[in-house]
Amino acid sequence: MLPIQASTQSAAIDHIIVLVHWLMLIMFVGWISYFLYTIFRFRSSKNTKASYHGVKTHFSSYLEIGLVLIEVFLLVGLSIPFWQNVVTAFPPAEKALTVRVVAQQFAWNVHYPGKDGRFGKTNSSFVNSQTNPIGLDPQDPYGKDDILTVNQLNVPINKPVIVRLSSLDVIHCFGIPLMRLKQDVLPGMKIPTWFEATKLGTFEIMCAQLCGVGHYRMRGFVNVMKPEDFKSWMTEQEELLLEEAEADDSEDDFWS
Amino acid sequence: MDNHSSSQSFWSKYVFSLDHKVIGIQYGLTSLGFLILGFSLVLLMRWQLAYPEQALPLIGKFFGNASMPDGVMLPEFYNSLGAMHGTIMIFLGVVPLGVGAFGNYLVPLQIGAPDMAFPKLNMASYWCFFVGGFVMLLGFAMPGGAANSGWTAYPPLSIVATSGQTVWLIGMVFLITSSLLGSINTIVTIVQLRAKGMTFMRMPTLVWTQLVTAFLLLMAFPPLEAAGVLQLMDRLAGTSFFMPEGLVLSGQILPYTGGGSVLLWQHLFWFLAHPEVYVLILPAMGIVSEVIANNTRKPLWGRKGMIYASVFLGFMSFIVWAHHMYLTGMGTVISAFFQATTMIISIPSVIILTSLLLSLWGGSIRFNTAMLFSLAFLPMFGIGGLTGLPLGLAAADVHLHDTYYVIGHFHYIVAPGTIFALFSGIYYWYPKITGRQMSETLGKWHFWPSLICMNCIFFPMLIQGLAGVSRRLYDGGATYELAKDVLYLNKVMSASAALLFVAQIPFIINVFTSFWRGKKASANHWDATTLEWAATSSPPLGHGNFEVIPEVFRDPYEYNPPNSDKEFLPQNFDLQNDKKRED
Repeated sequence: MLPIQASTQSAAIDHIIVLVHWLMLIMFVGWISYFLYTIFRFRSSKNTKASYHGVKTHFSSYLEIGLVLIEVFLLVGLSIPFWQNVVTAFPPAEKALTVRVVAQQFAWNVHYPGKDGRFGKTNSSFVNSQTNPIGLDPQDPYGKDDILTVNQLNVPINKPVIVRLSSLDVIHCFGIPLMRLKQDVLPGMKIPTWFEATKLGTFEIMCAQLCGVGHYRMRGFVNVMKPEDFKSWMTEQEELLLEEAEADDSEDDFWS
Repeated sequence: MDNHSSSQSFWSKYVFSLDHKVIGIQYGLTSLGFLILGFSLVLLMRWQLAYPEQALPLIGKFFGNASMPDGVMLPEFYNSLGAMHGTIMIFLGVVPLGVGAFGNYLVPLQIGAPDMAFPKLNMASYWCFFVGGFVMLLGFAMPGGAANSGWTAYPPLSIVATSGQTVWLIGMVFLITSSLLGSINTIVTIVQLRAKGMTFMRMPTLVWTQLVTAFLLLMAFPPLEAAGVLQLMDRLAGTSFFMPEGLVLSGQILPYTGGGSVLLWQHLFWFLAHPEVYVLILPAMGIVSEVIANNTRKPLWGRKGMIYASVFLGFMSFIVWAHHMYLTGMGTVISAFFQATTMIISIPSVIILTSLLLSLWGGSIRFNTAMLFSLAFLPMFGIGGLTGLPLGLAAADVHLHDTYYVIGHFHYIVAPGTIFALFSGIYYWYPKITGRQMSETLGKWHFWPSLICMNCIFFPMLIQGLAGVSRRLYDGGATYELAKDVLYLNKVMSASAALLFVAQIPFIINVFTSFWRGKKASANHWDATTLEWAATSSPPLGHGNFEVIPEVFRDPYEYNPPNSDKEFLPQNFDLQNDKKRED
């Protein structure tokens, strides 16, 4: 019932989910078989006098201790190490692609640092929903070459991607179910998360935290590309920006 | 205290009553009404989920253009329904029924007290609840509709929301105040008013679970009350407790400065709302314990262990709250702490469930409707508890967080879990309350379809959740490619929900007709041992429950005791006196 696995961490998460569900299944089947047998066997028409003492063995205590041990294993053996080694273990920045995702009602703004590798400063006082959705500082030279997309997160395959999440307005939750990634996006906080795509193709980004009337359609896409395709897309965007900048300049010349 | 019921006017006897039994019944009827209302709201939502943006036939056009133009539900209205369904079910339905109704009616009777310790406080608690409920409903009349930011009311969404949210917060302040008044009363009553011989360890399990519940309410609600007032200030007075600086909404910068924290609300909210889960489940466990002991005709297995487990559960419930917040950017140490406490709290739950299951062994089990609901509680609560395991492990929660898996999980706990237990309690104590029996035939027509429908609603949610479908989506996930394979389940769930509604009709008929037409019940209709059955059936309204204040001689569930020819020994049955009389 779990969907396909499209990132490096998918297998580890699915492994835990599957193991826990086996445990749940075994416990439930155990309980329900005991339960059905007992209520059948001890129905009043058959067993007219109840036994005051009932069960006398300590079997249930052993079962409970067994359950505790399994829970300790799941926790100490799997879940905590996963948090330590995956969720909070960010790859070194020089080996990863770093992007910012700025959530707003009801879109995911993707912000690439551009050629210089540095993000332009942003401030909400510069936000203009038509021309400057994330509020890039027009004075900041680092921002000049920054690339912005809406709802399209293009990434190369087999390369860690660090996503620095922030929100302009309310709480959102950045979820890519097929990559087993989910991270709350809290306004006023900058929260990083990371993933590494292992399959080419397009994967949906799904908002998982109620964010208003358009929550249900706050859908974005992760486009996982071959490294060379990603590179040429990037170059294309950089050239486009350059052309735009030149066009702006010539316009200025015209009017002056 | 003398019984002065005969001299009372209609208003002081039935409306502004100080009698715990009347107040219990008032709580019961009001909360049952709210349960039906909360259920109706979700039926509207389920139409939209199964048939997104299609006109609701027949009744759709009556909702007006602000909610359902031409019968098609707007997302705003969907979000209002979602928030109000959760709020009504929890704060106006299940808790007042489990704590307000059963607690009020049964606790004084079961400990052999003439009434609650503070009858006026008790009345104030009910009317506070009533006003809170009324204010909540006013939300629907506000411009922009009722609160629409979820029952969790997370800022900033709740702070920029329409005025329905203000009404919601005011309603919550009343409801919380009501719970605080009630919980103090319950604690004092249990500590102070136990009959002679009723030691703490001789108290019925229901009284114990009510005691633990009262402590949870008393200690967990004040932070939420404070938080609710702070949120109200953020909305009305321009403070910024929960609002960070520089938020931009629809292109406009919001005027909040001062750097509030959106996480602060989540901490304060869940500090209440996790203990609240146990407020929902503990009274249910209490009811099920009573019904199972009575209908297996034997003592509960591991009764003392269950009591210790409930107390431990109560303590632990205060240090697990952040497991609702794994994905807020937690580090390893904090997440490890809350995962560990979450795994630890599963142990007492398992102990209680195991004890109840083992109690069945060796019994002489009577399958009346009350018992059927209590028996069904066991595996249903089992599924609810088990599905909590993957959610409690932060790594698995990365995938399952805020998906339909969560919805399936907690509905298994609350709906076929707690609500089944509450039904069981109604069938079990109805003869005591009214002096008449409910129809067993109608009871079975209520039970079996309910059991089947509940599972057809909530099990598919687990499947959708594993597929990754988020909760609170207006179109049930139809926008998303990844939901395509599990989308058909929405129709299954919605049809089952409609059938579940139909399955409640026999219950409603049963409750009302049995009141006038039901067969007369004797004072101790079920041959039970606890003290409420020592009072006359349909005990006279007014203070004073017992003709003779009972004295307690033994543990609560002495069915088929060894060395006795009696099939059951009520707690107040004096063997020595009995012997003397025989001699």
